[in-house]
Amino acid sequence: MDKLILKGHEFENRLLTGTGKFADKNLIAPMLKASKSNIITMALRRVNFSNPKENILNYIPKEVTLLPNTSGARNAEEAIKIARIAREAGCGDFIKIEIINDMKYLMPDNEETVKATKVLAEEGFIVLPYIVPDLITAKKLEEAGAAAIMPLGSPIGSNKGLLTKPLIEMINDNKKLPVIVDAGIGAPSQAAEAMEMGIDAVLVNTAISTAEDPVKMGEAFAMAVKAGRMAYLAKLAKTSKFANASSPLTDFLFRGDK
Amino acid sequence: MGFYSVLEKWNNFDFENYFSHVTDKDVIESIEKDNLDEFDFLNLLAPIAKNHLEKMAIKANLVKQQYFGNVISLYIPIYVSNFCTNNCAYCGFSKKNHIIRKHQTIEQIEEEAKEIAKTGIDHILLLTGEAKEIDTMDYLKEAVKVLKKYFDSVSIEVMPLEEEEYRELKEIGLDGLTVYQETYNEEIYDQVHISGKKKDYHFRLNTPERGAKAGLRTVGMGPLFGLSEIKKEAFLAGLHLKYLTDKYLNTAFSISLPRINPAEGGFQPSFPLDDVTFVQFLTAFRLFQVKADINISTREVAEFRDHLMHIGVTKLSAGSKTDVGGYTKKDESTCQFEISDTRSAEETIQAIENYGYQPIYKDWQQIL
Repeated sequence: MDKLILKGHEFENRLLTGTGKFADKNLIAPMLKASKSNIITMALRRVNFSNPKENILNYIPKEVTLLPNTSGARNAEEAIKIARIAREAGCGDFIKIEIINDMKYLMPDNEETVKATKVLAEEGFIVLPYIVPDLITAKKLEEAGAAAIMPLGSPIGSNKGLLTKPLIEMINDNKKLPVIVDAGIGAPSQAAEAMEMGIDAVLVNTAISTAEDPVKMGEAFAMAVKAGRMAYLAKLAKTSKFANASSPLTDFLFRGDK
Repeated sequence: MGFYSVLEKWNNFDFENYFSHVTDKDVIESIEKDNLDEFDFLNLLAPIAKNHLEKMAIKANLVKQQYFGNVISLYIPIYVSNFCTNNCAYCGFSKKNHIIRKHQTIEQIEEEAKEIAKTGIDHILLLTGEAKEIDTMDYLKEAVKVLKKYFDSVSIEVMPLEEEEYRELKEIGLDGLTVYQETYNEEIYDQVHISGKKKDYHFRLNTPERGAKAGLRTVGMGPLFGLSEIKKEAFLAGLHLKYLTDKYLNTAFSISLPRINPAEGGFQPSFPLDDVTFVQFLTAFRLFQVKADINISTREVAEFRDHLMHIGVTKLSAGSKTDVGGYTKKDESTCQFEISDTRSAEETIQAIENYGYQPIYKDWQQIL
């Protein structure tokens, strides 16, 4: 597969995964192996640095890139503080900005996300902002120095797939940065659909971690993402409202015997 | 006027008549909906809904998995004082009861905190009786400060405070507030709260809203089942939860379903809540407000709590002691109520893992 490039960092795989919601954290490593996902997100608020027994970092193989997220942050200021804590704690320079102050629908706050992105990009972070799909916000994030744009496919945890498809298409058609669909993808077929559209990567957490067999589901998503990407690169055949008859119906008009 | 204006609209509603007309078809339709309205919630609370308990439980589990995943969040309560100026008919801390009363110093709280921190659980709930002359704002501030040294997330369950007071505590790191309405029935509320500040129904009722206005991240609430007719209590508590959730998008609300446990004073509940109805209510809450945390304390026995993990519960207390100084055991005082799940924090965590869930020790990063 062609590589995913985030601010000069190259990744073989276009499936990003998450650490949340696993029943058993020991499943994270085999899931990563089966899915070959090499970027994994984790909520810094759940990392217990002072308790070695319960530190989620112990369950993530060293070769995988950590993508700490600012989940729990309700504004730019809090997200910035969380990002700095993550970096100081040795979690690297990648940061997923997740700012939510709507506990009812869990919609990200685009305005605060732009603010946080600007500050953190200036500090050298590789910033992946999670947003409600909106072209104008995406353009502001490009200017603010984001490394990718992460629009939601449908509300977090809904598993409803690409309900926001027309809005994501607008962002994708006008992008300067990789677009990663985050939230809402509940099945491999939905991931494939996003990849066929030319989306650069997908982030899938719940659908894998809460599956009955998270390892097998990770592998299924890897295959779907790969298939979708290949289909995009191969350029899908055009769809048509009209059936194309293998023997054209009006051909008789133009035959020599007319 | 706040939530009271919503309550008033339901004052003349004939609940019993409505419940008696709910059909099996109504219940099934409400279970299958994605967005339940108040009448769907009533359908799920109706006695006939017990015919569909398994279906409600399956849906509750699915919804929980979808929005929370395979996780159970943990917290530990710390009782620092059991002095109380209220005389409440059902409470072991009631002023009239001759119990051993303690009020911990900040140093003693710190010692307890150190002991609790050994469990690895990072969420603590600070509790007192209601005695503002003893558990002053300065005392609460110092207590929150010292707990913040050991825990990322500190919540309180103390006497209802003014909005400004919640704001002051938030500034030094308080995350959350828990306050139970006890009963939504104003008349019974007046009868069981015999004397003291707690007699003020409206001040109590508006407490969760004051906490939300002050910007607290989490607000826990619920009725104390046993004081008034249970279906109506459950409905009004659900309505209160919905009112707050709709109005304060910034705050995460959680609901508990405490039942009256044996306590000093020997109060007998007039409206007992049996296990089957408890499960019916719990699943109804889960389907009505899908994103709210549902919290089960150690008032319930271990085996029952374990089963509830599979039907929508997201939060458990672990290794609770309801006596002041209960973790270091250097002192002796009387418990608020008798604990039913007496397992240690470690044993509770082990059970959570055995049932295939991930225990969440920490869910907030202290950054302020």
